[in-house]
Amino acid sequence: MKLRHALMLGLGGAAIAALLIEPSLAQTPTTEAASPPPSPIPNKGDTAWMLISSALVLMMSVPGLALFYGGLVRTKNMLSVLTQVFAIVAIVGLLWVFYGYSLAFTNGGGINDFVGGFSKAFLKGIDPNSTVATFSNGVVIPEYAYLCFQMTFAMITPALIIGAFAERIKFSALVVFVILWVTFIYFPMAHMVWYWGGPDAVGNAAKALAAATDDASKATAQAALDAVNKDAGFLFQKGALDFAGGTVVHINAGIAGFVGCLMLGKRIGYGRDLLAPHSLTMTMIGASLLWVGWFGFNAGSNLESNGTTALAMLNTFVATCAAAVAWLFAEWVLKGKPSLLGMVSGAIAGLVAVTPASGFAGPMGSIVLGLVAGVVCFIMCSTVKNAIGYDDSLDVFGVHCVGGILGALATGILVDPSLGGVGIPDYSSKPGEMVVGAYDMMSQVITQAEAVGLTLLWSGVGSAILYKLVDLTIGLRVTQEEEREGLDIADHGERAYNY
Amino acid sequence: MKIVMAIIKPFKLEEVRDALTGIGVHGLTVTEVKGYGRQKGHTEIYRGAEYAVSFLPKLKIEVAVATDLTSSVIDAIAGAARTGQIGDGKIFVMPLEKAVRIRTGETDADAL
Repeated sequence: MKLRHALMLGLGGAAIAALLIEPSLAQTPTTEAASPPPSPIPNKGDTAWMLISSALVLMMSVPGLALFYGGLVRTKNMLSVLTQVFAIVAIVGLLWVFYGYSLAFTNGGGINDFVGGFSKAFLKGIDPNSTVATFSNGVVIPEYAYLCFQMTFAMITPALIIGAFAERIKFSALVVFVILWVTFIYFPMAHMVWYWGGPDAVGNAAKALAAATDDASKATAQAALDAVNKDAGFLFQKGALDFAGGTVVHINAGIAGFVGCLMLGKRIGYGRDLLAPHSLTMTMIGASLLWVGWFGFNAGSNLESNGTTALAMLNTFVATCAAAVAWLFAEWVLKGKPSLLGMVSGAIAGLVAVTPASGFAGPMGSIVLGLVAGVVCFIMCSTVKNAIGYDDSLDVFGVHCVGGILGALATGILVDPSLGGVGIPDYSSKPGEMVVGAYDMMSQVITQAEAVGLTLLWSGVGSAILYKLVDLTIGLRVTQEEEREGLDIADHGERAYNY
Repeated sequence: MKIVMAIIKPFKLEEVRDALTGIGVHGLTVTEVKGYGRQKGHTEIYRGAEYAVSFLPKLKIEVAVATDLTSSVIDAIAGAARTGQIGDGKIFVMPLEKAVRIRTGETDADAL
């Protein structure tokens, strides 16, 4: 995902115009580079698809994720989970338009590598005619559509975390933690991975460089190109590939959940009492809504409606099928019975794993990724978790963090055109069109690993600090009595089911 | 008068009711209960978390009968609830001191 505001296009055009009025350039017959491209107009199909995708991703959170998680807790905590997810969606939606979008998707000046600035706080300067770049030269979408779409990602990511410490966190503590977490962890992560100038900014600067004839103008044009390339988040500049949010959403939330469940401690009765899910029916409904919504998440992340969008959709189908089948059969073989919960957990693991790869891998590569994700996440949740003994209530770490890491690393491999991938986009060698750039598997996988490492570090350490802060001020965990009674009554004063 | 209390397998309820109706018993109270006896529980596995479920769902039925009917009621329940598998349940018989039909105020045998 990337962003280029109309303002940037204006600046780019002005830079080119400035070069053109130099006498040496004016005498050169470089007519192609001479005319600044007209401002592209959003395509109605692209715009419609992005608006639909935004609604689909919202459906992933409410009711999808809420029901998926809600069914997995005990009856007495059902409403706490539903309330937490819904509240997070509502709160983050407001923070997003107040300052979140600006922190994620504007230039942050001196600290631009890591976070944006406040230039679009309260959506300043954005109107229905504002546009942002997509992945194609000369194709834009309305900025309002883009910021709605990105808002739904900011909503669901903190909501994913709550599964790790479900059934024991204090609601007030959660609200404060989430506000801090999106501000200091999520918005910067989104900036680092997804903020860039867009294909036209890169293409125009590269065109100007190609058109430059003497050393002085070459140096100026090179500096302009460098500036455009530098106007991007840290991990984007490094060339890390993350199509729809493997690092930003899943590893980010997964590690934050892991740290959270360690810091809150185990639930009362963990390992002794029956902590079985109260309604796998709801979990199945939730998982299915997540799958449908995920088409908006992954295919929508192409920001346009074209062949790559369809590829991302297909990958989101087949990787999920593969992972569901893989978990089902792995469990059948190793534990004796094929369970519904196992199969739907596998489906989520597949969706998570294919997220960063969805627009880069081919369908067959995605199937392999799904199969591996299903088996690895099954082993993580069933064997490794029990061996280590942490109480990640709903397996946020085992599914989202582990599946996300797997997907992020695999994206570096599966993007390989010889493995059916689409290759790495290159916008500068043939300015004005996207070509498949140079690709070296080893160096790409290392880049992916660096992105994974930075995410784990940023979110792991950052979340630990935020949990500690909240624990010292409000206290993270409910009292033992409240936990025994259930959070529905203790925190919200109502119960899910009155028979 | 006696109270005949039986713990039976849930799916046997209709057969037991039919058998009791057949010998002239026209009232029955049913409660959903959980318990264990010789039939051990089972294991449930949720994403690798294994839980031994030792309390199994059963139905408790209670019938108030005249003393001379007691043995035929026991036979009817035992015959209808029996599968021959472990976990078929048990029948307990207790003395009953007094019975009152609330609507009419009838007592004892007339109230049954």
